[in-house]
Amino acid sequence: VVNAHAAEGRTYDLILLGNDAADTGDFQVGIRLAHELGRPVVNGVRTVDVAGGVATAHGDGIDGVETYEVPLPAVVTVLEGGVEPRYPSITGRMKAKKTKIEMLAPTGDPRGSGRVRLTLPPAQPSTVEVLGTGPEAAAAVVALLQRMGVAR
Amino acid sequence: MILVFVETGATGATEVSLECATFARVLADRTDGPVHAVVVGGERPDVLVGELGRYGVAAVHHVTGDAFSAYGGGTWATAVATVREAIDADFVLAPGTPRGMEVLAHLGARLDVPMAANVVAVTDSGSNETGPLVVTRQVLGGAVLEEMKLSERPVLLTVAGHAVEARHAPDPAPPAALRELTAEVADIDLVARVTATEPVEADRSGALTSSPVVVGAGRGAGGPDGFDGVVELAELLDAALGVSRVVTSLGWRPHHEQIGQTGSRISPDLYIPCGISGAIQHWAGCASSKTILAINTDENAPMVTKATYAVIGDMAEVVPAINAEIRRRRS
Repeated sequence: VVNAHAAEGRTYDLILLGNDAADTGDFQVGIRLAHELGRPVVNGVRTVDVAGGVATAHGDGIDGVETYEVPLPAVVTVLEGGVEPRYPSITGRMKAKKTKIEMLAPTGDPRGSGRVRLTLPPAQPSTVEVLGTGPEAAAAVVALLQRMGVAR
Repeated sequence: MILVFVETGATGATEVSLECATFARVLADRTDGPVHAVVVGGERPDVLVGELGRYGVAAVHHVTGDAFSAYGGGTWATAVATVREAIDADFVLAPGTPRGMEVLAHLGARLDVPMAANVVAVTDSGSNETGPLVVTRQVLGGAVLEEMKLSERPVLLTVAGHAVEARHAPDPAPPAALRELTAEVADIDLVARVTATEPVEADRSGALTSSPVVVGAGRGAGGPDGFDGVVELAELLDAALGVSRVVTSLGWRPHHEQIGQTGSRISPDLYIPCGISGAIQHWAGCASSKTILAINTDENAPMVTKATYAVIGDMAEVVPAINAEIRRRRS
């Protein structure tokens, strides 16, 4: 789509994608797209703001909330959680009805996903150890936490 | 030759990195060793040399320089790519963490080869060293396994959290050799580095995916005021707090605390889900937990039957009792 638009002289500032697909879980589409386009990419963020030709993105890192500031055009992939999903407004839905849907055939030569087959993980019989019932189980729980080195 | 991307924490290599090194060793037995490791940025990793040696790593390559003072996926991938090329590695492995995924995806894009995410096993290493490799990996958040054929070299794969247990090499190995080097990073990668990091000590939700202990809460909390007990438990255990989707959908807790297929995916050493039934969407986000201690009123709830340990009871009664017991033992 980006290349087809570029051929018509239509440009972009920001391309937003999800961080990963809930089904195939490949974690790489946004990065490969950015590489293809030769643009910077910020991955796995929760919020994005655009001002003055720069996209500022925030996401959870190992040591805290990380900030990225990348020049546009850029690719950003997002995780759930930064923006509350909401239903579109009535006026938005009315506008959407008139929006023309572009149909494009993909170009390129897909190499396939390499999938051989899908299997279900073997069902594991329950091996749960019940530590107790109700608040009386607290002592057994804390003893376990201490054995695991979790509670001092 | 196998190269492992190692992430470090305050005390050395992260647990998932050691699991990844163990996975690499198993792969080395079936394909062609030895195993090398790459560490990017930070201080000279002397402590890692002995530690990774015990896990069968022959050499640690430490990439430093001004470009590596702040994290960026493309920048870190440049470091890994430089080492991979220098040692001509046929396999590059990374932990199945957000960074591990990101770095290897950049590498895959550069080398124009596939990357297999969240691999749990090598299913078929073929009859010769350069032939196709079939790996098994998690899809649909771990609810389904996919066998994936990787025909090209180098093979890039991330190892799902707790796919294997981190184990020392059977024969005590000498400390790994340490090699210091630097790498040239392209501008396009330099601009996509972290510019600031704000610690999240007060609100530990940011540590959800990296915390070794996570306390979870679900519908059993009963309402927006039902979280005091789990918040206190998380504080007492220095744990992160996560919640199920129903909790965020009802507006009881912020969205960024959600664990599940469409929220954060966690792989802590210990997960304590309280009042969470364990629907498949939630399970997808926590299936990689090493140990699960479920607190639930329903002994037949999926979370309870899949857990390692369980307490049958109302979280509103059980969790405060646990908190009181922890405080009592401390005093």
